[in-house]
Amino acid sequence: MTTVAERAAEHVAIQRQRVRGRWLALACVFLLLAAIAGILFGAKSLSAGDVVRALSGRGTRHAVDATIVRSIRLPRVLLAGVVGGMLALAGAAYQGVFANPLADPYLLGAASGAELGATVAIAYAPAALGVNVVPIAAFLGAIGAVAAVVVLGRSVRAGRSTTVLILAGVAIAAFLTAIETYVQQQHQTAIRAIYSFILGRLGTAGWAGLELVLPYVVVAAAVILLHRRHLDVLSLGDDEAASLGVHVPRVRLVLVAAATLGTAAAVAIAGTIAFVGIIVPHTIRLLTGASYRTILPLSVIVGAGFLIGADLIARVAIAPAELPIGVITALIGAPFFIALLRQSRAVTS
Amino acid sequence: MASSAPRVVRPPTFTKEARVRSRKILAVWVVLLSFVGASCASKSRVAGPATPAPVSYPVRIGAVTIPRQPHRIVSLSASGTQMVFAINAGPQVVAVDEYSKYPSSAPRTKLSGFQPNIEAIAAYHPDLLIIESDPGGLVRAMTALHVPVLVQPAAKNLDATYAQIEDLGRATGHAPDARSVVSQLRRRIAGLVASVPKPKAPLRVYHELDQTYYTATSATFIGQVYALFGLTNVADKAGVTKNSGYPQLSSEYIVSANPQLIVLADTVCCHQSSKTVAARPGWRAIDAVRRGEVIAVDDSLASEWGPRIADYIALVAREVRRAETVYATGTR
Repeated sequence: MTTVAERAAEHVAIQRQRVRGRWLALACVFLLLAAIAGILFGAKSLSAGDVVRALSGRGTRHAVDATIVRSIRLPRVLLAGVVGGMLALAGAAYQGVFANPLADPYLLGAASGAELGATVAIAYAPAALGVNVVPIAAFLGAIGAVAAVVVLGRSVRAGRSTTVLILAGVAIAAFLTAIETYVQQQHQTAIRAIYSFILGRLGTAGWAGLELVLPYVVVAAAVILLHRRHLDVLSLGDDEAASLGVHVPRVRLVLVAAATLGTAAAVAIAGTIAFVGIIVPHTIRLLTGASYRTILPLSVIVGAGFLIGADLIARVAIAPAELPIGVITALIGAPFFIALLRQSRAVTS
Repeated sequence: MASSAPRVVRPPTFTKEARVRSRKILAVWVVLLSFVGASCASKSRVAGPATPAPVSYPVRIGAVTIPRQPHRIVSLSASGTQMVFAINAGPQVVAVDEYSKYPSSAPRTKLSGFQPNIEAIAAYHPDLLIIESDPGGLVRAMTALHVPVLVQPAAKNLDATYAQIEDLGRATGHAPDARSVVSQLRRRIAGLVASVPKPKAPLRVYHELDQTYYTATSATFIGQVYALFGLTNVADKAGVTKNSGYPQLSSEYIVSANPQLIVLADTVCCHQSSKTVAARPGWRAIDAVRRGEVIAVDDSLASEWGPRIADYIALVAREVRRAETVYATGTR
């Protein structure tokens, strides 16, 4: 026999699931529209028919159109989706782990580590090496920086561990940026290459870049998504979480490691694209007011759609010239986010 | 009766005062003559002989006054260094910055024009400083130390280069050398342009500044070199005046624009080569890649605006001639 209260709770749960399903469907439509637009439009104007013919492998009127769609546009859209989804997911995970709304994928020094790695590789790696060591160096730099932060943070006994970690992240980031600036100053001729890296290279990576980034992102995303319930428990506070049987330090470490792995891979290929990791999870939180079980999958989908859309604007707004993607993510993201914040305050107050 | 002593006719000798007076007169004459000579020369605009003519100081260039002929020149501009040595003022130079690689005899130091260290510059006791831009009040600081500073920003076109060379000629006391350098450059460049036959359909060129497809339109200094040969610059579609002339292009646009000549000015900064270009997604479809018309040039040769620009133009002339024969035979 079920009591009235139990029945009411069940009703609420079903209602919540329905709302969640609706948001998921909406997010998928957004992603799909962004992806379709991303493939249809570009610096070279092609008809929808040409794009479809190119994608399906049937001949286009001009052979070059097929090359453009299949070798340049499609991998770029997919890479933007993978990177955007990963950055948004990593941001959401970091915000949950550190119970800090300002946390982003670069909180623990991943960006400065990647930039230093790339800078050192560009400045010192001999050209004759043949292989492009820059993404590898950036990847290792990002992982190394976060590892240093975690080790450093753990060596400090006093204080709450998350605060110590964040402060250690700030210190390491400042330290690495100082070295990076020094190396740049000593290698003025390399500055152009270094800035090209930092500003992002969605437009040049191609299928090879996507292949490079995908395995890490898949593993990282899977680990984070599997821990979505743990993040909800963590939001109750460490003691509460521990009493509910969650091994707090281990969960925290696993999540940080996974988010770092994914972020490092994304940054190594696409450069340090800012803002996606903050704005997307918060937008979802403000709109759905939901738990991490909803926020995490939605972050992947909306983050992917957001970066595909931002990249589309970056490459068509002043075509055939391009705008830096970071300009678009902040220029569109920031006002939208502020408007959302104002609206949510009006609702809650 | 006083006998008058026979007058001895002595050769006229100059007293010390008289000597000084005559020297002064001579000096005045020299100055006057040189004045006339200089004004004649500047009016006629004919290249003078390469012997240093006397120049009257102070020399005014814009708002800068150079009180006397400089003998301790510091140049923090690679292009400025090229120009100063080309006009035979090299012996007056005591220090150049780390990027002034030409000529190799220039006294290269660790000085930087991007992050100038005022004390380090002042330690050379310069009597003329040549820079490209003024980051962080360098001009003000050096002026306070009574060091005249010539700011010679990146030239927008060849005429601006010629004007900078002539300014440096006046500043360093080598105006005739400067004029002859300019006229030699004009002659050489005109000859190079004339040496390349104009094809019926102009070749399409893409000039690359880095591996994320930053490029230069025809409105830029380097872009006008291609315009000299009547080439079509694929970057011009991005707006010649927009983006300060250096837009970043979309990969798919470059592939669809199908340049017939690709000039890589990112071989040093970014290690690009015909091999890395061919490996880019979709770029094998480009004519220049398929026909081997991807030219690797030294970044600095393609980014400085000194007299070496003629060497760059010679290189482009050679490549354009070659490319035109390649494409002419290809279409037959």
